[in-house]
Amino acid sequence: MIEIDHLTLTRDGLAILDDISLQIPRGGITAIIGPNGAGKSTLLHCLAGLLTPASGQVRVLGRDIHRIAARDRARLLALLTQSPGAMPRLSVRDLVGFGRWPHHRGRPGPEDHAIVAQAIERFDLGAMAARDVETLSGGQKQRAFVAMAYAQTTPWMLLDEPLSALDPKYTRDIMDRLRDLAPPPGRRPVEPATVEETRSVLLVLHDLQSAWRYADWFVCLKDGRVLSHGPRDTTITADLLSELYDTPLRLERAGDTSVILPA
Amino acid sequence: MAERRLIWLAGGLGLAVALFLLWNLRAPMGFILSLRAGTLAALVLVGAASGAATVIFQTLVANRLLTPGIVGFDALFVFLQTALLASLGAAGFAALPTMPRFALEAGCLIAAAMALFGLVFRKGADDIIRMVLTGVILGVLLRGLAGFAQRLLDPSEFAVLQQASIASFNAVPRDHLGIAALALSVALLAAWRLSPRLDVALLGRTKARSLGLDHDRLVLTGLGLVAALVAVSTALVGPVTFLGLLAASLARAALPDSRHALLIPAAAVIGATILVLGQTVFERILGLQSALGMVVEFLGGLLFLALVLRRPAP
Repeated sequence: MIEIDHLTLTRDGLAILDDISLQIPRGGITAIIGPNGAGKSTLLHCLAGLLTPASGQVRVLGRDIHRIAARDRARLLALLTQSPGAMPRLSVRDLVGFGRWPHHRGRPGPEDHAIVAQAIERFDLGAMAARDVETLSGGQKQRAFVAMAYAQTTPWMLLDEPLSALDPKYTRDIMDRLRDLAPPPGRRPVEPATVEETRSVLLVLHDLQSAWRYADWFVCLKDGRVLSHGPRDTTITADLLSELYDTPLRLERAGDTSVILPA
Repeated sequence: MAERRLIWLAGGLGLAVALFLLWNLRAPMGFILSLRAGTLAALVLVGAASGAATVIFQTLVANRLLTPGIVGFDALFVFLQTALLASLGAAGFAALPTMPRFALEAGCLIAAAMALFGLVFRKGADDIIRMVLTGVILGVLLRGLAGFAQRLLDPSEFAVLQQASIASFNAVPRDHLGIAALALSVALLAAWRLSPRLDVALLGRTKARSLGLDHDRLVLTGLGLVAALVAVSTALVGPVTFLGLLAASLARAALPDSRHALLIPAAAVIGATILVLGQTVFERILGLQSALGMVVEFLGGLLFLALVLRRPAP
Protein backbone atom coordinates (compact mmCIF):
# COMPACT_ATOMS: atom_id res chain seq x y z
CA MET A 1 0.00 0.00 0.00
CA ILE A 2 1.07 3.57 -0.66
CA GLU A 3 0.08 5.93 2.15
CA ILE A 4 0.17 9.65 1.49
CA ASP A 5 -0.03 11.72 4.63
CA HIS A 6 -0.69 15.51 4.46
CA LEU A 7 1.60 15.88 1.46
CA THR A 8 2.30 19.46 0.40
CA LEU A 9 4.73 20.45 -2.34
CA THR A 10 5.42 24.03 -3.26
CA ARG A 11 7.27 25.65 -6.14
CA ASP A 12 8.13 29.37 -5.99
CA GLY A 13 5.71 29.74 -3.08
CA LEU A 14 2.85 28.14 -5.01
CA ALA A 15 1.31 24.91 -3.71
CA ILE A 16 1.46 22.33 -6.52
CA LEU A 17 0.20 19.63 -4.16
CA ASP A 18 -1.89 20.91 -1.28
CA ASP A 19 -2.25 18.79 1.86
CA ILE A 20 -2.96 15.49 0.11
CA SER A 21 -3.85 12.49 2.26
CA LEU A 22 -4.96 9.18 0.79
CA GLN A 23 -4.13 5.50 0.52
CA ILE A 24 -3.57 3.57 -2.68
CA PRO A 25 -4.20 -0.17 -2.27
CA ARG A 26 -1.72 -2.84 -3.31
CA GLY A 27 -2.55 -4.76 -6.51
CA GLY A 28 -4.66 -3.74 -9.47
CA ILE A 29 -4.55 -0.58 -11.55
CA THR A 30 -4.99 2.87 -10.06
CA ALA A 31 -5.64 5.83 -12.38
CA ILE A 32 -4.77 9.39 -11.42
CA ILE A 33 -7.02 11.66 -13.45
CA GLY A 34 -7.65 15.37 -13.56
CA PRO A 35 -7.33 18.43 -15.77
CA ASN A 36 -4.05 19.85 -17.03
CA GLY A 37 -2.01 21.43 -14.22
CA ALA A 38 -3.83 19.48 -11.50
CA GLY A 39 -0.52 18.13 -10.12
CA LYS A 40 -0.82 14.55 -11.41
CA SER A 41 2.75 14.18 -12.70
CA THR A 42 4.12 16.03 -9.67
CA LEU A 43 2.31 13.60 -7.38
CA LEU A 44 3.77 10.65 -9.32
CA HIS A 45 7.31 12.07 -9.08
CA CYS A 46 6.77 12.69 -5.37
CA LEU A 47 5.61 9.11 -4.87
CA ALA A 48 8.75 7.95 -6.69
CA GLY A 49 10.86 9.94 -4.23
CA LEU A 50 12.26 12.25 -6.92
CA LEU A 51 10.66 15.40 -5.53
CA THR A 52 10.96 16.41 -1.88
CA PRO A 53 7.74 17.73 -0.34
CA ALA A 54 7.55 20.87 1.78
CA SER A 55 5.69 18.83 4.38
CA GLY A 56 3.98 15.49 4.77
CA GLN A 57 5.10 11.98 4.06
CA VAL A 58 4.80 9.19 1.48
CA ARG A 59 5.08 5.63 2.79
CA VAL A 60 5.42 2.70 0.41
CA LEU A 61 4.90 -0.71 2.00
CA GLY A 62 5.29 1.05 5.37
CA ARG A 63 8.61 2.83 4.58
CA ASP A 64 9.09 6.58 4.15
CA ILE A 65 10.02 6.83 0.48
CA HIS A 66 12.33 9.80 1.04
CA ARG A 67 14.38 7.88 3.59
CA ILE A 68 14.98 4.87 1.36
CA ALA A 69 18.35 4.69 -0.45
CA ALA A 70 18.05 5.54 -4.16
CA ARG A 71 18.95 2.03 -5.29
CA ASP A 72 16.47 0.33 -2.94
CA ARG A 73 13.81 2.82 -4.04
CA ALA A 74 14.43 1.86 -7.66
CA ARG A 75 13.81 -1.78 -6.71
CA LEU A 76 10.51 -0.81 -5.12
CA LEU A 77 9.07 1.57 -7.74
CA ALA A 78 9.61 1.89 -11.49
CA LEU A 79 8.79 5.30 -12.95
CA LEU A 80 8.02 5.99 -16.61
CA THR A 81 8.18 9.73 -17.20
CA GLN A 82 6.09 11.70 -19.66
CA SER A 83 8.86 12.77 -22.05
CA PRO A 84 11.56 10.13 -21.98
CA GLY A 85 13.76 12.32 -24.23
CA ALA A 86 16.30 11.51 -26.93
CA MET A 87 18.09 8.18 -26.73
CA PRO A 88 21.22 8.54 -28.82
CA ARG A 89 22.31 5.29 -30.48
CA LEU A 90 20.61 2.96 -28.08
CA SER A 91 19.01 -0.26 -29.24
CA VAL A 92 15.61 -1.30 -27.92
CA ARG A 93 17.26 -4.26 -26.16
CA ASP A 94 19.79 -1.95 -24.47
CA LEU A 95 17.01 0.43 -23.42
CA VAL A 96 14.91 -2.36 -21.89
CA GLY A 97 18.11 -3.66 -20.28
CA PHE A 98 18.48 -0.39 -18.34
CA GLY A 99 15.46 -1.54 -16.34
CA ARG A 100 17.79 -4.06 -14.71
CA TRP A 101 20.31 -1.39 -13.65
CA PRO A 102 19.07 -1.10 -10.02
CA HIS A 103 19.62 -4.86 -9.67
CA HIS A 104 23.01 -5.35 -11.33
CA ARG A 105 24.64 -1.85 -11.33
CA GLY A 106 26.43 -2.45 -14.61
CA ARG A 107 27.20 -6.16 -14.29
CA PRO A 108 24.21 -8.02 -15.73
CA GLY A 109 23.91 -11.73 -15.02
CA PRO A 110 21.94 -14.53 -16.70
CA GLU A 111 18.80 -13.68 -14.73
CA ASP A 112 18.94 -10.07 -15.93
CA HIS A 113 19.29 -11.18 -19.56
CA ALA A 114 16.37 -13.59 -19.13
CA ILE A 115 14.11 -10.88 -17.69
CA VAL A 116 15.04 -8.46 -20.50
CA ALA A 117 14.24 -11.14 -23.10
CA GLN A 118 10.93 -11.77 -21.35
CA ALA A 119 10.08 -8.04 -21.31
CA ILE A 120 10.87 -7.77 -25.02
CA GLU A 121 8.63 -10.74 -25.77
CA ARG A 122 5.84 -9.60 -23.46
CA PHE A 123 5.62 -6.16 -25.08
CA ASP A 124 5.94 -7.51 -28.60
CA LEU A 125 9.27 -5.82 -29.30
CA GLY A 126 11.12 -8.87 -30.67
CA ALA A 127 11.13 -7.68 -34.29
CA MET A 128 12.64 -4.33 -33.35
CA ALA A 129 14.94 -5.39 -30.47
CA ALA A 130 18.11 -4.54 -32.41
CA ARG A 131 16.78 -1.27 -33.82
CA ASP A 132 17.94 2.13 -32.67
CA VAL A 133 15.30 3.60 -30.32
CA GLU A 134 15.44 6.89 -32.23
CA THR A 135 14.20 5.14 -35.39
CA LEU A 136 10.98 3.94 -33.70
CA SER A 137 7.62 5.65 -33.99
CA GLY A 138 6.26 7.44 -30.91
CA GLY A 139 4.04 4.49 -30.04
CA GLN A 140 6.78 1.90 -30.48
CA LYS A 141 9.11 4.00 -28.34
CA GLN A 142 6.44 4.24 -25.66
CA ARG A 143 6.06 0.45 -25.64
CA ALA A 144 9.83 0.07 -25.30
CA PHE A 145 9.79 2.37 -22.26
CA VAL A 146 6.90 0.48 -20.67
CA ALA A 147 8.89 -2.73 -21.25
CA MET A 148 11.85 -1.11 -19.53
CA ALA A 149 9.70 -0.26 -16.50
CA TYR A 150 8.42 -3.86 -16.55
CA ALA A 151 12.00 -5.21 -16.63
CA GLN A 152 12.71 -3.29 -13.43
CA THR A 153 10.57 -5.99 -11.70
CA THR A 154 9.35 -3.67 -8.96
CA PRO A 155 6.18 -4.25 -6.91
CA TRP A 156 4.97 -0.81 -8.08
CA MET A 157 4.96 0.60 -11.62
CA LEU A 158 4.29 4.35 -11.88
CA LEU A 159 3.50 5.34 -15.45
CA ASP A 160 2.98 8.95 -16.49
CA GLU A 161 0.78 9.13 -19.59
CA PRO A 162 1.87 5.75 -21.02
CA LEU A 163 -0.84 5.91 -23.70
CA SER A 164 -0.08 9.41 -24.99
CA ALA A 165 1.46 8.34 -28.31
CA LEU A 166 -0.42 5.09 -28.85
CA ASP A 167 -3.05 4.27 -31.44
CA PRO A 168 -6.23 2.42 -30.30
CA LYS A 169 -4.74 -1.01 -31.06
CA TYR A 170 -1.62 -0.46 -28.97
CA THR A 171 -3.56 1.42 -26.28
CA ARG A 172 -5.62 -1.69 -25.78
CA ASP A 173 -2.60 -3.91 -26.17
CA ILE A 174 -0.54 -2.12 -23.49
CA MET A 175 -3.47 -1.86 -21.11
CA ASP A 176 -4.31 -5.57 -21.55
CA ARG A 177 -0.69 -6.43 -20.74
CA LEU A 178 -0.71 -4.18 -17.68
CA ARG A 179 -4.02 -5.76 -16.66
CA ASP A 180 -2.35 -9.19 -16.84
CA LEU A 181 0.45 -7.97 -14.58
CA ALA A 182 -1.83 -6.19 -12.14
CA PRO A 183 -5.16 -8.00 -12.03
CA PRO A 184 -7.97 -6.66 -9.84
CA PRO A 185 -7.26 -7.40 -6.15
CA GLY A 186 -8.08 -11.01 -5.40
CA ARG A 187 -7.18 -12.40 -8.84
CA ARG A 188 -3.81 -13.99 -9.66
CA PRO A 189 -1.62 -12.27 -12.24
CA VAL A 190 -0.95 -13.76 -15.66
CA GLU A 191 2.83 -13.84 -15.12
CA PRO A 192 5.67 -15.97 -16.45
CA ALA A 193 7.32 -18.05 -13.75
CA THR A 194 10.42 -15.84 -13.36
CA VAL A 195 8.51 -12.85 -12.03
CA GLU A 196 5.89 -14.11 -9.69
CA GLU A 197 5.00 -11.11 -7.63
CA THR A 198 1.79 -9.25 -8.37
CA ARG A 199 2.47 -5.75 -9.67
CA SER A 200 0.56 -2.67 -8.68
CA VAL A 201 0.20 -0.16 -11.50
CA LEU A 202 -0.36 3.53 -10.92
CA LEU A 203 -1.07 5.52 -14.08
CA VAL A 204 -1.60 9.15 -14.92
CA LEU A 205 -4.18 9.12 -17.70
CA HIS A 206 -5.95 11.67 -19.85
CA ASP A 207 -7.76 8.95 -21.79
CA LEU A 208 -10.85 8.67 -19.59
CA GLN A 209 -12.25 5.77 -21.59
CA SER A 210 -9.18 3.61 -20.96
CA ALA A 211 -9.15 4.73 -17.33
CA TRP A 212 -12.77 3.68 -16.91
CA ARG A 213 -12.22 0.38 -18.71
CA TYR A 214 -9.08 -0.75 -16.87
CA ALA A 215 -8.63 1.06 -13.55
CA ASP A 216 -9.86 -0.50 -10.31
CA TRP A 217 -9.16 2.55 -8.18
CA PHE A 218 -9.26 6.27 -8.99
CA VAL A 219 -7.54 9.34 -7.61
CA CYS A 220 -9.14 12.54 -8.92
CA LEU A 221 -6.91 15.61 -8.61
CA LYS A 222 -7.84 19.21 -9.21
CA ASP A 223 -5.73 22.29 -8.40
CA GLY A 224 -3.32 20.20 -6.34
CA ARG A 225 -6.05 18.78 -4.13
CA VAL A 226 -7.84 15.43 -4.05
CA LEU A 227 -11.39 15.89 -5.20
CA SER A 228 -12.24 12.23 -4.67
CA HIS A 229 -10.60 8.81 -4.51
CA GLY A 230 -11.73 5.24 -4.17
CA PRO A 231 -12.94 2.21 -6.14
CA ARG A 232 -14.19 2.98 -9.63
CA ASP A 233 -17.83 2.03 -9.25
CA THR A 234 -18.45 3.99 -6.08
CA THR A 235 -16.23 6.99 -6.93
CA ILE A 236 -16.68 7.90 -10.56
CA THR A 237 -19.94 9.63 -11.37
CA ALA A 238 -20.98 12.00 -14.14
CA ASP A 239 -21.25 14.82 -11.60
CA LEU A 240 -17.73 14.20 -10.28
CA LEU A 241 -16.22 14.11 -13.79
CA SER A 242 -18.10 17.27 -14.78
CA GLU A 243 -16.82 19.07 -11.68
CA LEU A 244 -13.29 17.70 -12.18
CA TYR A 245 -12.98 18.90 -15.77
CA ASP A 246 -15.24 21.97 -15.51
CA THR A 247 -17.29 20.70 -18.42
CA PRO A 248 -20.56 18.73 -18.50
CA LEU A 249 -19.92 15.00 -18.99
CA ARG A 250 -22.18 11.96 -18.75
CA LEU A 251 -21.65 8.21 -18.26
CA GLU A 252 -23.63 5.98 -20.57
CA ARG A 253 -23.91 2.19 -20.43
CA ALA A 254 -22.62 0.45 -23.56
CA GLY A 255 -22.79 -3.34 -23.32
CA ASP A 256 -20.70 -4.50 -20.35
CA THR A 257 -18.97 -1.16 -19.91
CA SER A 258 -19.75 2.56 -19.87
CA VAL A 259 -18.64 5.37 -22.14
CA ILE A 260 -17.90 8.91 -21.05
CA LEU A 261 -19.49 11.46 -23.36
CA PRO A 262 -20.06 15.23 -23.40
CA ALA A 263 -23.42 15.97 -21.80
CA MET B 1 31.73 -5.92 -33.31
CA ALA B 2 32.42 -2.72 -31.37
CA GLU B 3 35.15 -4.47 -29.38
CA ARG B 4 36.79 -5.56 -32.65
CA ARG B 5 36.72 -2.01 -33.98
CA LEU B 6 38.36 -0.80 -30.79
CA ILE B 7 41.14 -3.34 -31.33
CA TRP B 8 41.57 -2.04 -34.91
CA LEU B 9 41.78 1.51 -33.59
CA ALA B 10 44.41 0.45 -31.05
CA GLY B 11 46.31 -1.24 -33.88
CA GLY B 12 46.16 2.01 -35.84
CA LEU B 13 47.66 3.87 -32.90
CA GLY B 14 50.39 1.23 -32.67
CA LEU B 15 51.27 1.80 -36.34
CA ALA B 16 51.24 5.58 -35.89
CA VAL B 17 53.57 5.23 -32.88
CA ALA B 18 55.96 2.98 -34.86
CA LEU B 19 55.94 5.42 -37.75
CA PHE B 20 56.60 8.37 -35.46
CA LEU B 21 59.49 6.64 -33.67
CA LEU B 22 61.17 4.97 -36.64
CA TRP B 23 60.57 7.28 -39.63
CA ASN B 24 63.87 8.60 -40.91
CA LEU B 25 65.73 7.34 -37.83
CA ARG B 26 69.45 8.05 -38.01
CA ALA B 27 72.42 7.77 -35.69
CA PRO B 28 72.71 8.39 -32.80
CA MET B 29 69.60 6.25 -32.62
CA GLY B 30 69.44 5.92 -28.85
CA PHE B 31 69.53 9.66 -28.30
CA ILE B 32 67.02 10.43 -31.07
CA LEU B 33 64.67 7.67 -29.89
CA SER B 34 64.84 9.04 -26.38
CA LEU B 35 63.94 12.54 -27.65
CA ARG B 36 61.13 11.19 -29.79
CA ALA B 37 59.82 9.07 -26.90
CA GLY B 38 59.40 12.22 -24.80
CA THR B 39 57.41 13.99 -27.52
CA LEU B 40 55.46 10.78 -28.18
CA ALA B 41 54.47 10.52 -24.51
CA ALA B 42 53.19 14.12 -24.54
CA LEU B 43 51.22 13.50 -27.74
CA VAL B 44 49.63 10.27 -26.47
CA LEU B 45 48.82 11.69 -23.04
CA VAL B 46 47.23 14.89 -24.36
CA GLY B 47 45.36 13.13 -27.17
CA ALA B 48 43.97 10.44 -24.85
CA ALA B 49 43.01 12.95 -22.14
CA SER B 50 41.26 15.29 -24.60
CA GLY B 51 39.29 12.50 -26.29
CA ALA B 52 38.16 10.84 -23.04
CA ALA B 53 37.33 14.17 -21.35
CA THR B 54 35.15 15.25 -24.28
CA VAL B 55 33.13 12.01 -24.36
CA ILE B 56 32.43 12.30 -20.62
CA PHE B 57 31.64 16.03 -20.88
CA GLN B 58 29.23 15.50 -23.78
CA THR B 59 27.33 12.81 -21.87
CA LEU B 60 27.11 14.91 -18.71
CA VAL B 61 25.84 18.00 -20.52
CA ALA B 62 23.72 15.85 -22.90
CA ASN B 63 25.08 17.60 -25.98
CA ARG B 64 27.34 16.13 -28.67
CA LEU B 65 28.49 19.53 -29.96
CA LEU B 66 30.18 20.70 -26.80
CA THR B 67 33.76 20.23 -25.69
CA PRO B 68 35.29 21.08 -22.29
CA GLY B 69 37.33 23.79 -24.04
CA ILE B 70 34.10 25.70 -24.56
CA VAL B 71 33.96 26.56 -20.84
CA GLY B 72 37.05 28.70 -21.21
CA PHE B 73 40.02 26.50 -20.26
CA ASP B 74 42.09 27.92 -23.12
CA ALA B 75 41.20 31.49 -22.14
CA LEU B 76 42.18 30.85 -18.52
CA PHE B 77 45.47 29.30 -19.63
CA VAL B 78 46.33 32.29 -21.83
CA PHE B 79 45.23 34.65 -19.05
CA LEU B 80 47.53 32.88 -16.56
CA GLN B 81 50.46 33.09 -18.98
CA THR B 82 49.75 36.77 -19.60
CA ALA B 83 49.44 37.51 -15.88
CA LEU B 84 52.75 35.76 -15.17
CA LEU B 85 54.51 37.60 -18.01
CA ALA B 86 53.03 40.96 -17.06
CA SER B 87 54.06 40.57 -13.43
CA LEU B 88 57.48 38.89 -13.90
CA GLY B 89 58.62 40.24 -17.29
CA ALA B 90 60.13 38.10 -20.06
CA ALA B 91 63.33 37.40 -18.13
CA GLY B 92 61.53 36.53 -14.91
CA PHE B 93 59.06 34.35 -16.84
CA ALA B 94 61.90 32.44 -18.51
CA ALA B 95 63.76 32.09 -15.21
CA LEU B 96 60.71 30.70 -13.42
CA PRO B 97 61.37 27.07 -12.45
CA THR B 98 59.28 24.95 -14.83
CA MET B 99 58.00 22.44 -12.30
CA PRO B 100 56.34 24.95 -9.93
CA ARG B 101 54.96 26.79 -12.97
CA PHE B 102 53.43 23.58 -14.33
CA ALA B 103 51.98 22.74 -10.91
CA LEU B 104 50.66 26.29 -10.52
CA GLU B 105 49.02 26.31 -13.95
CA ALA B 106 47.45 22.84 -13.54
CA GLY B 107 46.31 23.74 -10.02
CA CYS B 108 44.81 27.06 -11.13
CA LEU B 109 42.97 25.43 -14.04
CA ILE B 110 41.53 22.64 -11.85
CA ALA B 111 40.59 25.11 -9.11
CA ALA B 112 38.93 27.45 -11.61
CA ALA B 113 36.97 24.60 -13.21
CA MET B 114 35.86 23.21 -9.87
CA ALA B 115 34.89 26.69 -8.65
CA LEU B 116 32.78 27.16 -11.78
CA PHE B 117 31.13 23.75 -11.44
CA GLY B 118 30.61 24.19 -7.70
CA LEU B 119 29.18 27.68 -8.10
CA VAL B 120 26.60 26.53 -10.60
CA PHE B 121 25.79 23.33 -8.70
CA ARG B 122 24.83 25.23 -5.58
CA LYS B 123 22.14 26.93 -7.66
CA GLY B 124 20.69 23.66 -8.94
CA ALA B 125 22.34 20.50 -10.11
CA ASP B 126 20.07 20.05 -13.09
CA ASP B 127 21.07 23.32 -14.73
CA ILE B 128 24.11 22.21 -16.66
CA ILE B 129 23.39 24.56 -19.55
CA ARG B 130 23.82 27.49 -17.14
CA MET B 131 27.23 26.10 -16.20
CA VAL B 132 28.26 25.92 -19.84
CA LEU B 133 27.03 29.44 -20.57
CA THR B 134 28.75 30.79 -17.44
CA GLY B 135 31.97 29.13 -18.64
CA VAL B 136 31.61 30.67 -22.10
CA ILE B 137 31.01 34.14 -20.64
CA LEU B 138 33.91 33.76 -18.19
CA GLY B 139 36.07 32.69 -21.16
CA VAL B 140 35.12 35.88 -23.01
CA LEU B 141 35.83 37.94 -19.87
CA LEU B 142 39.24 36.30 -19.40
CA ARG B 143 40.12 36.78 -23.08
CA GLY B 144 39.22 40.45 -22.71
CA LEU B 145 41.35 40.79 -19.57
CA ALA B 146 44.25 38.93 -21.20
CA GLY B 147 43.89 41.11 -24.32
CA PHE B 148 44.04 44.23 -22.16
CA ALA B 149 47.10 42.97 -20.28
CA GLN B 150 48.78 42.05 -23.59
CA ARG B 151 48.58 45.72 -24.67
CA LEU B 152 50.80 46.52 -21.71
CA LEU B 153 53.49 43.97 -22.67
CA ASP B 154 56.56 45.01 -24.62
CA PRO B 155 57.17 43.25 -27.99
CA SER B 156 59.69 40.73 -26.60
CA GLU B 157 57.31 39.72 -23.81
CA PHE B 158 54.47 39.47 -26.34
CA ALA B 159 56.57 37.15 -28.53
CA VAL B 160 57.24 34.90 -25.49
CA LEU B 161 53.50 34.89 -24.74
CA GLN B 162 52.61 33.96 -28.33
CA GLN B 163 54.98 31.00 -28.09
CA ALA B 164 53.54 29.88 -24.75
CA SER B 165 49.90 30.21 -25.88
CA ILE B 166 50.08 27.75 -28.78
CA ALA B 167 50.11 24.04 -28.08
CA SER B 168 53.62 22.66 -28.47
CA PHE B 169 54.61 19.03 -27.99
CA ASN B 170 58.35 19.22 -28.51
CA ALA B 171 59.53 21.19 -25.53
CA VAL B 172 57.83 19.31 -22.70
CA PRO B 173 60.22 18.81 -19.77
CA ARG B 174 60.65 15.18 -18.68
CA ASP B 175 59.74 15.81 -15.05
CA HIS B 176 56.41 17.32 -16.16
CA LEU B 177 55.74 14.24 -18.25
CA GLY B 178 56.18 11.88 -15.32
CA ILE B 179 53.76 13.75 -13.07
CA ALA B 180 51.28 14.38 -15.90
CA ALA B 181 51.41 10.69 -16.92
CA LEU B 182 50.61 9.63 -13.37
CA ALA B 183 47.80 12.18 -12.92
CA LEU B 184 46.25 11.52 -16.34
CA SER B 185 46.48 7.71 -15.99
CA VAL B 186 44.68 7.83 -12.64
CA ALA B 187 42.02 10.19 -14.07
CA LEU B 188 41.56 8.05 -17.21
CA LEU B 189 41.18 4.88 -15.15
CA ALA B 190 38.67 6.60 -12.84
CA ALA B 191 36.79 7.90 -15.91
CA TRP B 192 36.64 4.41 -17.41
CA ARG B 193 35.29 3.06 -14.12
CA LEU B 194 32.43 5.57 -14.34
CA SER B 195 31.36 4.03 -17.67
CA PRO B 196 28.31 2.02 -16.52
CA ARG B 197 26.96 5.07 -14.66
CA LEU B 198 27.59 7.31 -17.65
CA ASP B 199 25.57 4.85 -19.76
CA VAL B 200 22.59 5.34 -17.43
CA ALA B 201 23.09 9.12 -17.50
CA LEU B 202 22.37 8.97 -21.25
CA LEU B 203 18.73 8.45 -20.30
CA GLY B 204 18.53 11.93 -18.77
CA ARG B 205 18.56 13.08 -15.15
CA THR B 206 15.01 12.12 -14.13
CA LYS B 207 15.10 8.65 -15.69
CA ALA B 208 18.60 7.99 -14.34
CA ARG B 209 17.53 9.03 -10.84
CA SER B 210 14.44 6.82 -11.04
CA LEU B 211 16.80 3.92 -11.77
CA GLY B 212 18.63 4.61 -8.52
CA LEU B 213 21.60 6.53 -9.93
CA ASP B 214 22.93 9.39 -7.80
CA HIS B 215 22.99 11.67 -10.85
CA ASP B 216 24.19 14.81 -9.06
CA ARG B 217 27.16 12.96 -7.61
CA LEU B 218 27.96 11.43 -10.99
CA VAL B 219 27.93 14.87 -12.63
CA LEU B 220 30.21 16.32 -9.95
CA THR B 221 32.63 13.37 -10.12
CA GLY B 222 32.57 13.37 -13.92
CA LEU B 223 33.15 17.11 -14.21
CA GLY B 224 35.95 16.85 -11.65
CA LEU B 225 37.65 14.22 -13.82
CA VAL B 226 37.07 16.31 -16.97
CA ALA B 227 38.63 19.29 -15.18
CA ALA B 228 41.66 17.22 -14.15
CA LEU B 229 42.15 15.70 -17.62
CA VAL B 230 41.85 18.99 -19.49
CA ALA B 231 43.76 21.08 -16.93
CA VAL B 232 46.77 18.77 -16.72
CA SER B 233 47.02 18.35 -20.51
CA THR B 234 46.58 22.11 -21.10
CA ALA B 235 49.27 22.90 -18.52
CA LEU B 236 51.51 20.29 -20.18
CA VAL B 237 51.44 21.48 -23.81
CA GLY B 238 49.08 24.46 -24.09
CA PRO B 239 45.45 24.76 -25.18
CA VAL B 240 44.00 22.35 -27.77
CA THR B 241 40.32 23.29 -27.67
CA PHE B 242 38.88 21.26 -30.55
CA LEU B 243 41.02 18.11 -30.47
CA GLY B 244 38.59 16.43 -28.06
CA LEU B 245 35.61 17.24 -30.28
CA LEU B 246 37.42 15.72 -33.24
CA ALA B 247 38.33 12.56 -31.30
CA ALA B 248 34.90 12.12 -29.68
CA SER B 249 33.04 12.61 -32.98
CA LEU B 250 35.30 10.14 -34.79
CA ALA B 251 34.93 7.63 -31.94
CA ARG B 252 31.13 7.82 -32.15
CA ALA B 253 31.31 7.43 -35.92
CA ALA B 254 33.69 4.45 -35.64
CA LEU B 255 31.77 2.51 -32.99
CA PRO B 256 28.20 1.29 -33.53
CA ASP B 257 27.70 1.45 -29.78
CA SER B 258 26.99 4.01 -27.07
CA ARG B 259 28.63 2.08 -24.20
CA HIS B 260 31.15 4.33 -22.47
CA ALA B 261 33.35 1.36 -21.57
CA LEU B 262 34.18 1.30 -25.31
CA LEU B 263 33.60 4.94 -26.29
CA ILE B 264 36.03 6.39 -23.72
CA PRO B 265 38.97 4.17 -24.77
CA ALA B 266 38.07 4.68 -28.46
CA ALA B 267 38.09 8.49 -28.13
CA ALA B 268 41.34 8.31 -26.14
CA VAL B 269 42.99 6.11 -28.81
CA ILE B 270 41.71 8.29 -31.67
CA GLY B 271 42.82 11.50 -29.91
CA ALA B 272 46.30 10.05 -29.44
CA THR B 273 46.41 8.76 -33.05
CA ILE B 274 45.43 12.18 -34.47
CA LEU B 275 48.27 13.87 -32.61
CA VAL B 276 50.91 11.18 -33.28
CA LEU B 277 50.05 10.90 -36.99
CA GLY B 278 49.71 14.68 -37.33
CA GLN B 279 53.08 15.29 -35.70
CA THR B 280 54.68 12.64 -37.93
CA VAL B 281 53.28 14.27 -41.05
CA PHE B 282 53.93 17.90 -40.11
CA GLU B 283 57.27 17.56 -38.37
CA ARG B 284 58.92 14.60 -40.13
CA ILE B 285 57.48 14.69 -43.64
CA LEU B 286 56.62 18.36 -44.23
CA GLY B 287 59.24 19.76 -41.84
CA LEU B 288 56.78 22.20 -40.26
CA GLN B 289 57.55 22.78 -36.58
CA SER B 290 54.74 23.74 -34.16
CA ALA B 291 52.08 23.56 -36.89
CA LEU B 292 50.19 20.58 -35.44
CA GLY B 293 48.33 22.47 -32.70
CA MET B 294 47.06 25.04 -35.18
CA VAL B 295 46.03 22.46 -37.79
CA VAL B 296 44.16 20.36 -35.20
CA GLU B 297 42.35 23.50 -34.03
CA PHE B 298 41.51 24.39 -37.63
CA LEU B 299 40.16 20.91 -38.47
CA GLY B 300 38.32 20.68 -35.13
CA GLY B 301 36.78 24.09 -35.72
CA LEU B 302 35.63 23.02 -39.19
CA LEU B 303 34.11 19.84 -37.74
CA PHE B 304 32.35 21.89 -35.05
CA LEU B 305 30.82 24.11 -37.74
CA ALA B 306 29.85 21.07 -39.82
CA LEU B 307 28.14 19.45 -36.81
CA VAL B 308 26.29 22.65 -35.95
CA LEU B 309 25.12 23.23 -39.53
CA ARG B 310 24.29 19.61 -40.36
CA ARG B 311 21.68 18.87 -37.71
CA PRO B 312 19.90 20.35 -34.73
CA ALA B 313 21.73 19.96 -31.41
CA PRO B 314 20.74 16.69 -29.75
